[in-house]
Amino acid sequence: MGVEGIGARVTRKEDKRFLTGKGRYTDDMTVPGMCFAAFVRSPHAHARIGNIDATAAGEMPGVIAVLNGRQMLDDGIGNLICGWMIHSKDGSPMKMGAWRPLAHETVRYVGDAVAVVVAESMAEARDAAEAVIVDYEELPAVTDAVTALADGQPQLHPEAPNNLIFDWDIGDAAATDAAIAAAAHVTQMRIVNNRLAPNPMEPRAALGIYDAADDHYTCYTTSQNPHVARLVMSAFYNVAPENKLRVIAPDVGGGFGSKIYIYPEEITCLWASRRTGVPVKWTSDRTEAFLTDAHGRDHVSTVKMAFDASHRITALKVDTIANLGAYMSLFSSAVPTYLYATLLSGQYDIPAIHANVRTVYTNTVPVDAYRGAGRPEATYLLERTVETAARELGLSPVELRRINFIRSFPHQTPVIMNYDAGDYDASLAAALQAADWDGFPARKAEAASRGLKRGIGMSCYIEACGIAPSAAVGSLGAGVGLWESAEVRVNAVGTVEILTGSHSHGQGHETTFAQLVADRFGVPIDSVSVVHGDTDKVQMGMGTYGSRSGAVGMSAVVKALDKVEAKARKIAAHLMEADESDIVIENGTLKVAGTDKSLPWFQVTLAAYTGHNLPPGMEPGLKEGAFYDPSNFTFPAGCYICEVEVDPETGKTEIVQFVAADDFGNIINPMIVEGQVHGGIAQGIGQALLEGVHYDPQTGQLLTASYMDYAMPRADDLPSFQVSHQVTPCPGNPLGIKGCGEAGAIGSPPALMNAITDAIGTNALDMPATPARVWAAARAAAN
Amino acid sequence: MYETTYHRASSLAEAVRLRADSDEAKYLAGGMTLIPTMKQRLAAPSELVDLRHIAELRGIAVKGRRVRIGAGTPHNEVATSAAISAVCPALCHLAALIGDPLVRHMGTLGGSIANNDPAADYPAAMLGLDATIITDRREIPAGDFFTGLFETALEDGEIVVAATFEAPARAGYSKFANPASRFAMTGVFAAQAADGTVRVAVTGAGANGVFRHAGLEAALTRNWSPDVVSDVAVETGDLLSDLHGNADYRANLVKVMAKRAVATA
Repeated sequence: MGVEGIGARVTRKEDKRFLTGKGRYTDDMTVPGMCFAAFVRSPHAHARIGNIDATAAGEMPGVIAVLNGRQMLDDGIGNLICGWMIHSKDGSPMKMGAWRPLAHETVRYVGDAVAVVVAESMAEARDAAEAVIVDYEELPAVTDAVTALADGQPQLHPEAPNNLIFDWDIGDAAATDAAIAAAAHVTQMRIVNNRLAPNPMEPRAALGIYDAADDHYTCYTTSQNPHVARLVMSAFYNVAPENKLRVIAPDVGGGFGSKIYIYPEEITCLWASRRTGVPVKWTSDRTEAFLTDAHGRDHVSTVKMAFDASHRITALKVDTIANLGAYMSLFSSAVPTYLYATLLSGQYDIPAIHANVRTVYTNTVPVDAYRGAGRPEATYLLERTVETAARELGLSPVELRRINFIRSFPHQTPVIMNYDAGDYDASLAAALQAADWDGFPARKAEAASRGLKRGIGMSCYIEACGIAPSAAVGSLGAGVGLWESAEVRVNAVGTVEILTGSHSHGQGHETTFAQLVADRFGVPIDSVSVVHGDTDKVQMGMGTYGSRSGAVGMSAVVKALDKVEAKARKIAAHLMEADESDIVIENGTLKVAGTDKSLPWFQVTLAAYTGHNLPPGMEPGLKEGAFYDPSNFTFPAGCYICEVEVDPETGKTEIVQFVAADDFGNIINPMIVEGQVHGGIAQGIGQALLEGVHYDPQTGQLLTASYMDYAMPRADDLPSFQVSHQVTPCPGNPLGIKGCGEAGAIGSPPALMNAITDAIGTNALDMPATPARVWAAARAAAN
Repeated sequence: MYETTYHRASSLAEAVRLRADSDEAKYLAGGMTLIPTMKQRLAAPSELVDLRHIAELRGIAVKGRRVRIGAGTPHNEVATSAAISAVCPALCHLAALIGDPLVRHMGTLGGSIANNDPAADYPAAMLGLDATIITDRREIPAGDFFTGLFETALEDGEIVVAATFEAPARAGYSKFANPASRFAMTGVFAAQAADGTVRVAVTGAGANGVFRHAGLEAALTRNWSPDVVSDVAVETGDLLSDLHGNADYRANLVKVMAKRAVATA
């Protein structure tokens, strides 16, 4: 592998600038004449907009313009879209209510933007935004999805009676019902997956620059996928045609899904720049982030899991209601359907599965993908249910899982997915050993002597990464293909630039993508630059989400490297008068096998560019591009075991041990993979123990709009993680890698909840397991 | 943040005069509440009169068992004071639990008790220690000082100069932190005076802010032992219910924290 090649634990090239505060983020961008935007946002969860009086605001110091949604409509700016079409069981298309970047008729959640002030300073813009007088006619609001479906509730969009967006199902209902009817045992649960705010460290920001001389737009934005942003803003929002719109996502400080989507603010900054003639920058503050960043999760489900007399799962029936908020965000329809219900087989051989999903409008900020996106919801539901079933059946949770594991691959589940490779026993065994599972009773007894209730819980997760192949997702309703592009530019002196459509916002691509080149040509990673995040530099790409940068983005790089290598071999063979098939590449040198002839890499690349002595007919240069479209999803899997001590007097949970045993296929950089797992587990622990978005059910006000009330995980909430890897290479891509970005957030919540419920002796506990909830649940269980 | 004018006062008299010059002026102590509130545009003082550079407000003095803490003393100085620790380690422990290191090096005793956040730690200590709050005008017993949520007996423009108290025979503080804010979900300060009388002050749990619990005080005066706490009834009527915990939970925490405060005293 070499010291910097595939599998090497290389420290991150990008960390020097990140750790010394020298990163360049959207808010760091300053251009001459730049002004600032402040949004006038609805204080009401649901209201009709009357008159908007901007007279006083327009006369305030520094104010360039106050713009509203009617002006935006007049200028032809389009509605925001949801890019994945889902049809209901009855064949009708999902009911997409109009989402205007600036509302002009109705506001539907607290924070919905109705106007924007552009002023010479941020403070002046904010002062003037407060002076804009909006007449609202308040309407009743509903924030809970189950309530919103009932008759007589407030209606958000005329297209969607009872706020129902779609009523979709997957699997064989009749076979599932029959298996449940014939079952020896059925475990039933009601599972709530709590609503989360994404909280990237860098809040969203946008800088819109209109150049009237060239009739050209530039948008700096906090995006995980700048090319998709350009495509959507061109094709659907009518901001500008693609050739006149450059989108740049520079350093981005975390996304977790929330920066996939194209939000009203970046559209408005571009449009306002053209309207006013000045560059317009907006930067979210933390309160705006809570109010307007797309939230995650928010499912309420019921589940039935059927077993035969030998404890094999015979059927799984799921009914889920998913809250999508006030409008359909970009991928919102895909999350509770194809990214969720297709994973309900988990690691288990289940002959019959049926899942019904209803998605619902409520007066809350839109809900979309958040780290894991559907897969955490599926895993949580399945792994809580399996654990509960083991308790009901009087079986060890290890034994029940082993009875039901899939062991032959490929495995076709009843819910679309075809698992290509895996070894679930291996991860389970590794986790059990690392956790000293057998020693738990002694540790439990010791904790009891200290007055604490100790519990242990596990989860065996599967996820699907890559979100591909394009033809398949297209047939399921996706509006885009989910391939990736890459270009490898070898310079004359042998240094290399990789241009990728993947986008790094914390993942370390500048290091790991460079490792692919180091591995292939033996050049140091310092001689490899990774270029991404700029639509003028990289031709096209689909961005980074769904743990796809490795499995899809790197595969595109490998395809391009294959082409570069093939050409370099031809040149080397020609220069050394050898047969191409005898050329071997070792440690940065191209050699003729079995001889002492060799050429260093840089001489071959220089020859490509001098063009003095190339094979007949060969074009000069050494630059190749590739598009890679995967043949299947990838299927990372693993086993997590969590051990907790609960203080029965206060309900406070301390995590005393956390073990993760993951199979991500082949690994490019173990250090970065471990970091991804650590971060994912921290977020999963956050969901299970601490985090939860609360809206007031009557007023629709967001009650958790700051860190005073929204509990984020901190260092002292977390244990030291024990991480290991088991490897079954993915057969579907050239590197054999599966993806690791979301696993931690997917596998950890059920492991933690299973541990707490084990400790307190009840299955009736929802996330987040706050001290108050745990105390109440333990008390209810004792009575 | 709205525009404001900053003044640095170098004496109490100057601070009072600067503030009197404007209706919309506010004193600034550590700024750990006021500045974030201003940043969120929830407070808009036209003038800030900074009290942090007034020598008369600084310093800790312990004479015998009499403790005097200047209002401008940061939490960290209290937390690490050997002189206080020698006579009342519970107060050092309490100060060490406030916020995080940044807050403890900026936030002050005077700022905390003048703000009287219902989940702040210091009000429990002041009430539990039967402290006297010395202002630039008068002396106010802690029992009269804290009057409600973010309400105190301070008059317009009055400045807290110091707090003094007689160190108790023993005292303990136990805090259950809110998982989000790390303020006290419930904090109990229990102190036994030299004559055996016990004061128990509760912060974080009360719907009207910090309060003393008569039942716990009576039981612990009879028998200073963690074991007696479980038999005391804590009514839920005046306790807070919010999304972090209802009144039943807080009533339980009052007892558990009281027990632990006594156990650690």
